[in-house]
Amino acid sequence: MNTIQKSLKERILILDGAMGTMLQRYKFSEEDFRGERFKDFHKSVKGNNDLLSITQPQAIAEIHSKYFAAGADIVETNTFSSTTIAMADYDMQDLVYELNFESAKIAKKVAEEFTKKEPSKPRFVAGAMGPTNKTASMSPDVNDPGFRAISFEELRVAYRQQAEALIDGGVDLLLVETIFDTLNAKAALFAIDEIKEERNLDIPIMISGTITDASGRTLSGQTAEAFLISISHIPLLSVGFNCALGAKQLTPHLEVIANRTNLAVSAYPNAGLPNAFGEYDESPEQMASQIREYLDKQLVNIIGGCCGTTPEHIKAIAKIASQYKPRPFFQTENISI
Amino acid sequence: MKAHQPSTINQQPKYLKLSGLEPLIITPESNFINVGERTNVAGSKKFLRLIKERNFEEALSVAREQVENGAQIIDINMDDGLIDGKEAMVKFLNLVIAEPDISRVPIMIDSSKWEIIEAGLQVVQGKCVVNSISLKEGEAEFIHHAKLIKRYGAAVIVMAFDEMGQADNYQRRIEIAKRSYDILVNQVKFAPEDIIFDLNIFPVATGMDEHRKNAIDFIEATRWVRENLPHVSVSGGVSNVSFSFRGNDSVREAMHSVFLYHAIQAGMNMGIVNPAMLEIYDDIPKDLLEHVEDVMFDRRDDATERLLDFAETVVGKSKESKIDLSWREEPLQSRITRALVKGIDEFILADIEEARQKANKPIEVIEGNLMVGMNVVGDLFGSGKMFLPQVVKSARVMKKAVAYLLPYIEEEKLKNPQIGDSKNAGKVLMATVKGDVHDIGKNIVGVVLACNNYEIIDLGVMVPPEKIIAVAKEENVDAIGLSGLITPSLDEMVFLAKEMQRQNFKVPLLIGGATTSKAHTAVKIDPQYKCAVVHINDASRAVTVVGDLLKKETSVLYKENLKSDYDTFRKDFLKRQRVKTYLSLSEARRNKFQIDWNTSEIVKPNQLGVQVIKDFDLNLLVDYIDWTPFFRSWELHGRYPDILKDKIVGEQASELFVDAQKMLQKIISEKLLEARAVFGIFKANTVNDDDILIQIPNPKSQTPNSKNDCQSELVEDPNSVFRTLRQQSKKAEGKPNIALADFIAPKETGKQDYLGCFCVSTGFGTQELASKFEKEHDDYNSIMVKALADRLAEAFAEYLHKKARTDYWGYASEEKLSNEDLISEKYKGIRPAPGYPACPDHLEKLTIWEILKVKKNIGVELTESLAMWPAASVSGYYFANPEARYFGLGKIKEDQIEDFAKRKNMNLEEATKWLKPNLAD
Repeated sequence: MNTIQKSLKERILILDGAMGTMLQRYKFSEEDFRGERFKDFHKSVKGNNDLLSITQPQAIAEIHSKYFAAGADIVETNTFSSTTIAMADYDMQDLVYELNFESAKIAKKVAEEFTKKEPSKPRFVAGAMGPTNKTASMSPDVNDPGFRAISFEELRVAYRQQAEALIDGGVDLLLVETIFDTLNAKAALFAIDEIKEERNLDIPIMISGTITDASGRTLSGQTAEAFLISISHIPLLSVGFNCALGAKQLTPHLEVIANRTNLAVSAYPNAGLPNAFGEYDESPEQMASQIREYLDKQLVNIIGGCCGTTPEHIKAIAKIASQYKPRPFFQTENISI
Repeated sequence: MKAHQPSTINQQPKYLKLSGLEPLIITPESNFINVGERTNVAGSKKFLRLIKERNFEEALSVAREQVENGAQIIDINMDDGLIDGKEAMVKFLNLVIAEPDISRVPIMIDSSKWEIIEAGLQVVQGKCVVNSISLKEGEAEFIHHAKLIKRYGAAVIVMAFDEMGQADNYQRRIEIAKRSYDILVNQVKFAPEDIIFDLNIFPVATGMDEHRKNAIDFIEATRWVRENLPHVSVSGGVSNVSFSFRGNDSVREAMHSVFLYHAIQAGMNMGIVNPAMLEIYDDIPKDLLEHVEDVMFDRRDDATERLLDFAETVVGKSKESKIDLSWREEPLQSRITRALVKGIDEFILADIEEARQKANKPIEVIEGNLMVGMNVVGDLFGSGKMFLPQVVKSARVMKKAVAYLLPYIEEEKLKNPQIGDSKNAGKVLMATVKGDVHDIGKNIVGVVLACNNYEIIDLGVMVPPEKIIAVAKEENVDAIGLSGLITPSLDEMVFLAKEMQRQNFKVPLLIGGATTSKAHTAVKIDPQYKCAVVHINDASRAVTVVGDLLKKETSVLYKENLKSDYDTFRKDFLKRQRVKTYLSLSEARRNKFQIDWNTSEIVKPNQLGVQVIKDFDLNLLVDYIDWTPFFRSWELHGRYPDILKDKIVGEQASELFVDAQKMLQKIISEKLLEARAVFGIFKANTVNDDDILIQIPNPKSQTPNSKNDCQSELVEDPNSVFRTLRQQSKKAEGKPNIALADFIAPKETGKQDYLGCFCVSTGFGTQELASKFEKEHDDYNSIMVKALADRLAEAFAEYLHKKARTDYWGYASEEKLSNEDLISEKYKGIRPAPGYPACPDHLEKLTIWEILKVKKNIGVELTESLAMWPAASVSGYYFANPEARYFGLGKIKEDQIEDFAKRKNMNLEEATKWLKPNLAD
């Protein structure tokens, strides 16, 4: 049986690159976002990328295909904002189950096609669970530091709904990502742990935090190590960082966790830091050469790209990674999928 | 492929890892981890006050200070009866999280209530420690909580406590630790490195044989746990070990160091230690070290005595008390001050005599020597360094000294008639109002004020208003303090305020007692009286308030401020009153509590009719005592038995507890109090919605204590109807408007139901005993006797209820509940008492008295306000239905009072007078 644990022992696994960057290439209009089904929807939906899994499923499938073709072992579902909390911006809370379920099905179908073609390199689908647009341990109001816009309980319920739909749709693992407030992630882990117990299911979990700036801390103020300690109570497949920084800036923080965990380590940085126009312009070759440092230092087991990265970046990264042995790590529990 | 050295990464070891914004990893190399505990309402008076006042800003600075002073974890606890603990925990944590200089360290969420712990876990992003869980409530709850803690991602303190109680010897400690560990690691799959055991640090050198092994048992249990339960930590509160040497810091510091030195070697790696109370182990003088270690390790039979003797010689070498070189050789004033502060009356008369001979006039000893000492007591008490029981002991010394001096002062007056009385700070009249008999709180306030040089004129209990007015005029008092516990006393106070105004009084009026409140004082009493009225809820505040009221410099301004404060408070209060919606009585009745009488089980009592118990063995009640309220009556807050180990009041509580045990033994062995009870179970049915009709067996055919159901002719006596009151506030959908009558089968169901009622008292002898102590100027023991009598009465009520459930009535004959279960009311059925929330109307006591012939049978009387006399008495009903539950009546409307008056055949004015406290405005 092809399990992600087995693959992780054999080689460094490649995660896909940015979904948003690729979607921009399609230049979808408001009408395209709406499709037939939402043509009379009372609110503008342009920019609701997750909705495209319903209205433009072929585009999403195409992007997944491109990443797999570039050498990715794992693609992320198009569900970064598919929680009732984030969908409230578009009044689309009711669609949450469908968004996650359909996104998972699309990605799984593409993955199965690739695995069939190349059985020695099985492909996996990670159900992407974003941070939502609210923070459980910070106040949005500077004058009222004790205020919270969202509670643990609300997050737990929202994440639970998302995770169940992703699992029903067939994802191989769950990826709680772009964590800028550890408490949000703990609510997600709490929800997933409940589902695992209820369904007697041992689905692997990847965790990926976000170090927001050179201070080396998450937005909610934790150091990389404090973050690691705060999320280590649930059995995990991997822990790592993504977004906010380029590969170069992320190196010291990856070192912190790689030296302190028994788990596999993941990293999917941005294509450099944004330039004066807010664009990510690090070339595939530049990024790949930074990644080489991770590999030389044996920092990572799973590597991919976040904002600004494309199939070309992933291809360059995959090429370099194939020359290295995986970083040794200890599996905490026997997980099979 | 690039060549790599074969991987040699070591697996991460299992260390306890915690996090705030920054990590805290506890490795074998780590120094002892110090937990800050100033942010604990049970441990810090200051913090409690700040939280009560909702001064969170200042409360945050308490947390910040701790972190700055090196606390590596901060313990946060909001367990206090007067605080909404869950709300306060969440609010405070949210604020702490927003302060990076505090939230950088991990947080210990400390509560005995699971809902508070869980609420705390939901707002902290870092990895916390939960303090604590244990097997106390059984395995199911333990596992349930541990599972959730794991899911929230926290470490946990496990107390060495199980269904049988707290572990107090080596074997019990390791057994409970092992059992807890096995459950956590094997069943819950809890990470063993996230388990911290608190193995209970108890005092040594208490003079009791069973305490001799307390330290060594803890240390050896710690060693066993660390050797046999891989990866766990061990924690504890260190200062407990030395509590019997309170007052001798040199010895205490040495004891802490010795204890820690060995406990840390045995594997204790974290805990609560006051760094200021720690001597450096190597700096402990060899002889002291030897004596302390003898005690710690229980190395000799006379270890305690030897350390006590030796302790006398080391006092003075302490950093704190350099002036105090072996106190009996100190200058006179120091000796007197010390005797007052420590409450030692042994040498006081000799010292006072010495002072008298040195003084020009005997009065100077009071105004000079004694006042200097009492000022120290006042300062220490005011700053939270002394607690109430100590102050009352100080007062005992003071009173003895004054009593000794009085004859000399009188003699002096005869010689020099121009010399007036001693200059005291002011005269305060104190009284428990007419109809009320409760005086513990009043006596405490009196003692504390007396300590501060006020002359107290205590008129006692059940004092009619005319007498208060007359004495106040005659003695020309500076303030009047009124106290009361039962609700009718509130009206008495209003009446007195009116009367004082009518007679044009100008002295401040102080209001206190369990049912009084700032709200009632501001809304009902203050408007009646033009001069200052102030509500005082604790003795420590009384001194400042009375001081501000009576001191010339502050008086005028303070009184003005009080008036305007109460005015604002009143307006706000009335404005804030939520407009509650009420149902009419008939609507409320339609929404009554429904019991399906076709299926509801009605157990026929084993024994019907009235029974009397006299001279009951008090020994049998000891196990039923709920100690928590006892400590509360001494203004020591916290739950028993935890309070004995409390970081702040623990010592004082333990000392008080020892004194209480001594007194209790004396009371029992010398039969100083007598316990009596009368109770009865009767056939009963509800009629006309809210009335419970009782069938009293015809007295002629009743055989006393008959085991047989009395089948004789029953007479329907107009007194044998209990009139219950029904909730009238509009309830949420599906919630009933309850009256006690709902728990008894209505007559029309055709089912025969039953109701019990009872009165118990352990107050016979209290007054005599208390007066005897008062004559000896021993308020401490006088208050002690009353507080114990109250506890015994409650214990008797608990005992008798249990007997009723399991035996006399027998509806729960299989019941097996611990005293703690009883305290938390886990039993089936209820025993509401007239005057308490479910039936706040005191009038029904008259019915109970009539039915049970209470006065005739056991001698407990009712005052005109329907308080029971003697005070240490409890009366109430027994409801057996499994669905019966405690509830609060809340406010009722005029229509119910009219209906009630009609049912009771009483005029409306009279009914309104009694039910006024429950009438919605």
